[in-house]
Amino acid sequence: MHMKVSPLYNRRRRANLIGTGLSMIAMVLGLAALAWILLVLLSNGFAALDLNLLTQDTPAPGTEGGGLRNAIIGSLMIVGLSVLVSTPVGILAGVYLTEYGDTSKTAEFTRFITDIMLSAPSIVLGLFVYAIAVATVGNFSGYAGSLALSLIAIPVVMRTTENMLRLVPGSLREAAFALGAPRWKVSTMVTLRAAKSGVITGVLLAVARISGETAPLLFTALNNQFFSTNMEKPMANLPVVIFQFAMSPYDNWIRLAWGGALLITLAVLALNILARVFFREKVRT
Amino acid sequence: MIETPAVPAKAAKKNAIEVRNLNFFYGKFQGLKNVTMDIEERKVTAFIGPSGCGKSTLLRTLNRMYSLYPGQRAEGEISFYGQNILDATQDVNLLRARIGMVFQKPTPFPMTIYDNIAFGVKLYENLGKSDMDDRVEWALSKAALWNEVKDKLGQNGMSLSGGQQQRLCIARSVAVKPSVLLLDEPTSALDPISTGKVEELVHELKQDYTIAIVTHNMQQAARVSDYTAYMYLGELIEFGETEQIFFKPNRQETEDYITGRFG
Repeated sequence: MHMKVSPLYNRRRRANLIGTGLSMIAMVLGLAALAWILLVLLSNGFAALDLNLLTQDTPAPGTEGGGLRNAIIGSLMIVGLSVLVSTPVGILAGVYLTEYGDTSKTAEFTRFITDIMLSAPSIVLGLFVYAIAVATVGNFSGYAGSLALSLIAIPVVMRTTENMLRLVPGSLREAAFALGAPRWKVSTMVTLRAAKSGVITGVLLAVARISGETAPLLFTALNNQFFSTNMEKPMANLPVVIFQFAMSPYDNWIRLAWGGALLITLAVLALNILARVFFREKVRT
Repeated sequence: MIETPAVPAKAAKKNAIEVRNLNFFYGKFQGLKNVTMDIEERKVTAFIGPSGCGKSTLLRTLNRMYSLYPGQRAEGEISFYGQNILDATQDVNLLRARIGMVFQKPTPFPMTIYDNIAFGVKLYENLGKSDMDDRVEWALSKAALWNEVKDKLGQNGMSLSGGQQQRLCIARSVAVKPSVLLLDEPTSALDPISTGKVEELVHELKQDYTIAIVTHNMQQAARVSDYTAYMYLGELIEFGETEQIFFKPNRQETEDYITGRFG
């Protein structure tokens, strides 16, 4: 059995081979860069990991040892408050965009602003909060840090909520309306519930996004060498500590910066995995 | 159909819904043209006709479903026990609680079977736990689903099979005790056995409810309905007792469609 192969078919096969080859190379390049980053981070980070990292505070210049306790607690508080603020605001705004505003001018305008906010450099948001919540009050504070992070998180939560609600079939909404349910009940009890796992995924991704942000915190929460849970005062946090320590001449500071970087990376990784698990549950039901 | 067309029975005839000169617009496109018809109480009225003929549109005007969409509007009059539901002052939520609707695709809410039923009831009634339990059982029994789900009321409604989901949706509509049930191709996504069950159900439900059903399946219309409306291109071509429509239609178009020469 001999099949005659046309020149056209041969050319197409060659083009396919070249195309596949190029995309494989691109993939390997991207993956290699990521692997390299992770390798350096893991080897330096794990060398810095010990119990002191969690139990001691950031050391004064010139002193030995030290840890990141104050920065870890500070980061958790700043990010935590920011999540408490941005989750309800973002979800409600997303609900407005799909269930109420839809194609109205207000909704279109909101979407446009959200798009700008999503792509705005975070340092600009940091400066903005500095101007309204730091310069006016007279001192850096954990609250200002939370506010700056919220400005980054809200558009993320808003957009994912909107996208997830759009995936809910219109027939489900109609079915709820057909029972005589008012719009707010349809939105909260049926639509939002149907999109629940997707919305939670959005919140988790927003948390992952803001937990590594440095620029907005430089102008707002700044840093604090000591342990403090007073959010009205400057607060230590991992990204700014990493930023300052990594550029310092002290060996133990640099070591701590690597430890902090590893902690953030692991936390973000965990959040991403969690988000995937949630999303998979949605697909299954 | 009863053998003798007894005069007293005719006199007792009462209309649940009277449609008068109804025109419907999707933006500029006219979906319904001057439709006038009566839907008799506690009977099954079937709407048949080729795709795009306006039968679903007509059904969706009866519970003002179209009001959800800004570009859609209806002109004319639809009287529901004497009240014009097209009035701007009509509270659509109250209306929909009295005129229930079941859709083509099963649409269980993302909650337990029990809550699927209780959701609509809670909107308009404040029932205690045991009263609600009774209502859920009653509605599920009405929809011939109780025996299949009584041991798993706490399970998600989505875990049921397609046919069961559709009966759950019917139970959900029945649970709020409407007076009219609108069924929009309720069996087109179901297998023959589930279809049979839903058809039996329609037969049972007409003891207590007025039913309007849209169907693509002419045998189904012939099996379940008392009255049939044949529609084409937004117009009501012929409307009458099902037997008459199927056996001696007055209009040539109706006969062509029913005998399969057209459609």
